Amino acid sequence: MAKIGVFTCWCGENIARHVDVEAVSEAISKLPGVACSMNYKYMCSEPGQSLISEKIKELGLTGVVVASCSPHMHLKTFRKTVELAGVNPYMVEMANIREQCSWVHSDKAVATAKAIELIGIAVAKVRRNAALQPIKVPVTKRAMVIGAGVAGIQAALDLAAGGVEVILVEREPSVGGKMAGLSETFPTLDCSQCILTPRMVEVGQHPNIKLMTYSEVEKVDGYVGNFKVTVRKKARYVDIAKCTGCGTCWNACPKKNKIPNSFDYNLGNRGAIYIPFPQAVPARPTIDADNCLRLQSMKKGKELCGICMKNCGSQAINFHDQDELVEFDVGAIVVATGYKLYSIGKEQENPNIKGYGEYGYGKYKDVIDSLQFERIISASGPTGGEPKRPSDGMTPKTVVFIQCTGSRDNAKGITYCSKICCMYTAKHTMLFKHKVHDGAAHVFYMDIRSGGKMYDEFVRRAIEQDGALYHRGRVSKIEEITVDGVKKYRCYGADTLAGEPCVVDADLVVLACAMVPSDGVTKLAQKLSVGYNEYGFLSESHPKLRPVETNAAGVFVCGACQGPKDIPETVAQASAAAGKALIMLSQPYLTREPEIATVDEKLCAACGACVQTCPFKAITIEEIRDRKGNFIKNTSRVNPGLCMGCGTCVSVCPSKSVDLIGFTDDQVYAELESLLA
Amino acid sequence: MSSETTAGANSSVGFEPKIVAFVCNWCTYLGADLAGTNRLEYPANVRIIRLPCTGRIDFNLVVKAFEVGADAVLVSGCHPGDCHYTAGNFHARRRWKLFRELLDTVGIDTNRIYFSWISAAEGAKFQSLVTEIVEKTRAMGPYQDYKSLVAES
Repeated sequence: MAKIGVFTCWCGENIARHVDVEAVSEAISKLPGVACSMNYKYMCSEPGQSLISEKIKELGLTGVVVASCSPHMHLKTFRKTVELAGVNPYMVEMANIREQCSWVHSDKAVATAKAIELIGIAVAKVRRNAALQPIKVPVTKRAMVIGAGVAGIQAALDLAAGGVEVILVEREPSVGGKMAGLSETFPTLDCSQCILTPRMVEVGQHPNIKLMTYSEVEKVDGYVGNFKVTVRKKARYVDIAKCTGCGTCWNACPKKNKIPNSFDYNLGNRGAIYIPFPQAVPARPTIDADNCLRLQSMKKGKELCGICMKNCGSQAINFHDQDELVEFDVGAIVVATGYKLYSIGKEQENPNIKGYGEYGYGKYKDVIDSLQFERIISASGPTGGEPKRPSDGMTPKTVVFIQCTGSRDNAKGITYCSKICCMYTAKHTMLFKHKVHDGAAHVFYMDIRSGGKMYDEFVRRAIEQDGALYHRGRVSKIEEITVDGVKKYRCYGADTLAGEPCVVDADLVVLACAMVPSDGVTKLAQKLSVGYNEYGFLSESHPKLRPVETNAAGVFVCGACQGPKDIPETVAQASAAAGKALIMLSQPYLTREPEIATVDEKLCAACGACVQTCPFKAITIEEIRDRKGNFIKNTSRVNPGLCMGCGTCVSVCPSKSVDLIGFTDDQVYAELESLLA
Repeated sequence: MSSETTAGANSSVGFEPKIVAFVCNWCTYLGADLAGTNRLEYPANVRIIRLPCTGRIDFNLVVKAFEVGADAVLVSGCHPGDCHYTAGNFHARRRWKLFRELLDTVGIDTNRIYFSWISAAEGAKFQSLVTEIVEKTRAMGPYQDYKSLVAES
């Protein structure tokens, strides 16, 4: 027999002003199953809660309805109250007679009648509630960090310092990411590599970090605390355990300096066996199979070249190397896959985004993007830090920087601000002027967004001390011209503050392109069941209060894969993600809400509709066998560690064998039927 | 209840429509809460059934709502892309498209079913939508055709 106690709150005057609480209590006391119906000024207060627990003990109540504010406000409070009084915490329902009644209806008779109906709904439901126990899930004390740019490096180091074993997966041959290729950083102008490389060395040497470079995440199974991640270790053709990194091979390679180096955004060259940059971690070479004479000849059954192997003193070269799949059990995953620049040309992967054909990127060699400019002015770059333009190696005297190439341009399909371009363009003008004292740096901008500590001062310095020429306006077209036998690029811009056209003949044009998520991030997100927006930036769980968590439990995000951001913010977010993962991994087991889907395996016909619809891949088809191992039937089964309790499976099940605990069909139909009276 | 005998499509004076709203816990329920916090008054005809996600809304529930006397039904969840469960609202929308035609075929008046996205920040949208639904339903009169539909079958 259900014995339900209903406790109606006045909320001071908030409810009692528009709802006749005495009349409500009176009406509710007549409902079937209601053993007591009382009201009190403040149910959430100490005496209010005591009233509930006294009545539970006195009458042996089996369920409780609190008619007061939103369950988002106090459901937890009252669950605790009844639990302390010895009743299962899931035997509580709330009727929201404040936010959804007394605060929005001023006619007392109307509001009172509605309150009675709302409480009736809750009573009907609670009579069908079940005593539930939180689900306990074991935790593997190991984390995986995907992406080893500055975000991944920071997250891995923090996790490792917290005593957790970390698998750091990077798809390039070296850790370091975009930051390893930058010249100097705003607003301090300290050298990017000087601050990053010690961290790179640290992740390479840390006893708690297992580095998986030249590797990609292939498959993710399991659930929070218990992920099983398969990593594809791509064939490197060099045994990095045997290799000493002496450099004999890459110096002997006949393709040396003949293949565009993607680390230099194809401005510099490397060999077929190469390290992407001198400070690479691990400082071990990789063979680029597409360009290696030996590996190509092996396809035709021949064995050409092989000079690197012949010269290698430690016999580290293995031309028969193959991709390897390695499986890891991890409890938490941090995604730090970073960004790339939007490709400016006509060809776009995303059909909703258009390029800037009018800027001639790809056609004119001296129209480059900002990351290419970083390499040109980087001391470790292809020009050794000498500003030389790609087409003829001439030192540019006039450089035009165009901000918001792609960003904030509805016409091109990218609506957001890439956030860092104003700052790095100011930095570019300074670095250029520091190297070419008589040069002119023209910047075309829409607005200057320089929020941040010492950021606006930095931009002012570029303009006032280094004499960068800022023009508020956009460039409509770039045209190649020849002036006195020298190639120049005529930029047709506007200076909207002066109200006149502004045409500049530039030696070099640098486009500050929009930041977009790096390649393949949406595929990875699908493997992890993490949401992403129309541009592919990963979705955090809450933009303010849960900025590094995702809606996939146990998966955290940090850095530019979540949205455009600069280095300090990236590092802060990476530490935050590591901290959140550490909190999770420090528990002996995880507790999860028991309000999840469940399958009546006797009824289930294993049609798989629920498997298809589940956003979390929490349902699988399993075999049922008898004790002798004979196959009986297939059934769907819910993994309680993965299920988030949305109930989408319930509504697609043709045999009604799936139900959502806490929101069962029985409960919801009863709620509706209460409206009949 | 006494009004039922007198109120028809043309004489809806004194008719108080009964509206059942199936809302998700994370967006629309909070939107309705916000309407309350901001004291945005709206007609008291709506009864909210809180579910975790619009993905949970089996359209049998919509039919059931009519069975218990609803004159109109509202299904409302998070905006596309904002779903707490990543994609539940997309599933709901897809099902809704199919189901609307099916309901239409069996003779249920689909003009009495509303589907919307209301975020936790859109208290005013909740207010205006409920007001609009109540006004429209009041004009349409009580959903007595449902009963004759059941009697026929």
